[in-house]
Amino acid sequence: MMSNLTESQLLPENAVYEHTIRAGDHWMRRIEKGQTFRILDLKGNQAADTLFYNAEDPDDRYSASDTIAAQGALYLTTGTRLMSTRGTELLKIVADTCGRHDTLGGACSRESNTMRYAHDKEHMHACRDSFLRGVQSWCHHMDKRDVTCNINFFMNVPVTPEGELDFADGISAPGRYVEMVASCPVIALISNCPQLNNPCNAYNPTPVQVLIWD
Amino acid sequence: MSQSKKNLFSRELGGGQMWSKVIGRGKCLRMTDLEGGANVGMLLYNALEKTERYNMPDTLKGQKIFYLREPYCLHSDMGRILASIVEDGPGWHDTVCGTSLPSLVEEKYGKKDYQEAHNDWYRAGRELFLIELGKWGLGERDLVPNINWFSKIAPDEEGKLSYVPGHSTAGSSVTIRFELDSLVVLNTCQHPLDPNPRYEPKPVKLEVFEADPVTSYDPSRLVRPENERAFQNTEDYNLLRF
Ligand SMILES: [Zn+2]
Repeated sequence: MMSNLTESQLLPENAVYEHTIRAGDHWMRRIEKGQTFRILDLKGNQAADTLFYNAEDPDDRYSASDTIAAQGALYLTTGTRLMSTRGTELLKIVADTCGRHDTLGGACSRESNTMRYAHDKEHMHACRDSFLRGVQSWCHHMDKRDVTCNINFFMNVPVTPEGELDFADGISAPGRYVEMVASCPVIALISNCPQLNNPCNAYNPTPVQVLIWD
Repeated sequence: MSQSKKNLFSRELGGGQMWSKVIGRGKCLRMTDLEGGANVGMLLYNALEKTERYNMPDTLKGQKIFYLREPYCLHSDMGRILASIVEDGPGWHDTVCGTSLPSLVEEKYGKKDYQEAHNDWYRAGRELFLIELGKWGLGERDLVPNINWFSKIAPDEEGKLSYVPGHSTAGSSVTIRFELDSLVVLNTCQHPLDPNPRYEPKPVKLEVFEADPVTSYDPSRLVRPENERAFQNTEDYNLLRF
């Protein structure tokens, strides 16, 4: 998987936008066609749960299954085309110093935490609550129906040839990043995962940074 | 699975067709691959709260599995179980690759429209899902990764996927038992990764019958502690509601 590492030539000081998303927060922003979008794992092994929508028509949105089927592969890295439910290419990954990103594992929720861990975990803050606040605040036309299967940048969910699936220790590290170019205007919605039950971030959620270049 | 109960419903569905119904909790749906090589694309929703829907990630990570088989369950996005797999011939069913887009169908098989071919025209799974969803007030925003019954997609160490031909043989069947009143939307289009260059979707038989009551030692709830907790969530929901 390390053969996929591709560095970017872009310099942070030339970015037109920069923002740090604290763990447990959501962030939503329009990205124009041709702009480059980087997510930077500041402290390492943090999961950036991300949804994308076609900004011209948010009914057309990121599709995990269409992305997997289009490339015939489970993991996302340099060269992966992020596809929508209509078969539109939303973005393309052009640089990646982590090497592998997940789109099978979805986002944590208070409801699924009761199923996965224990009924008394229901009060704990989770990504799907952040996604809901994101879509509710964006416009009147978006709601729970728009919270679909996301990308987990920096997260490692290996599948064996026998079909077993696990949540492994992260393969990211401080300073690793993934960078993509928008193929059309998109809306990005990130929930910086607050999960305290999963070893993927060593039970310590940390901030991530987003940068945009023209 | 032995079946002593009489059929409430029976229907044959040709290849490239669509179907949707609400099936109540406590009933089973058996799907039979009549000729071998069938694919049934399926979406599931809570019939009374259709924003609650089948969730591929929760189904996979709740059971630490990449595919579906007996006695695993179909989880919703709300920590509950929509249905359990109670009988299973093929033993491996895909749920990560989604359904075919119209552009894929045209690229793979060419174009055959209604004017030319009447009801033998070439159709895409996505279009058939949208038509059936539309009848229940749903649409594009409700399209999520579906189940592909009878289709096996094998991953390698690097995550590359390949379609396994001949996985389901003539007469193979799979039976699911509903734990929530569910809207079932399905079509019999070919799997998006089916390498067959010809448009040859296969027929299936659908049968609905009463399930035996779910006991505390049911294999679907005991197979994983996550499933036991999800069954408890489902029972709480049904108890409060009905
Ligand atoms: Zn999360």
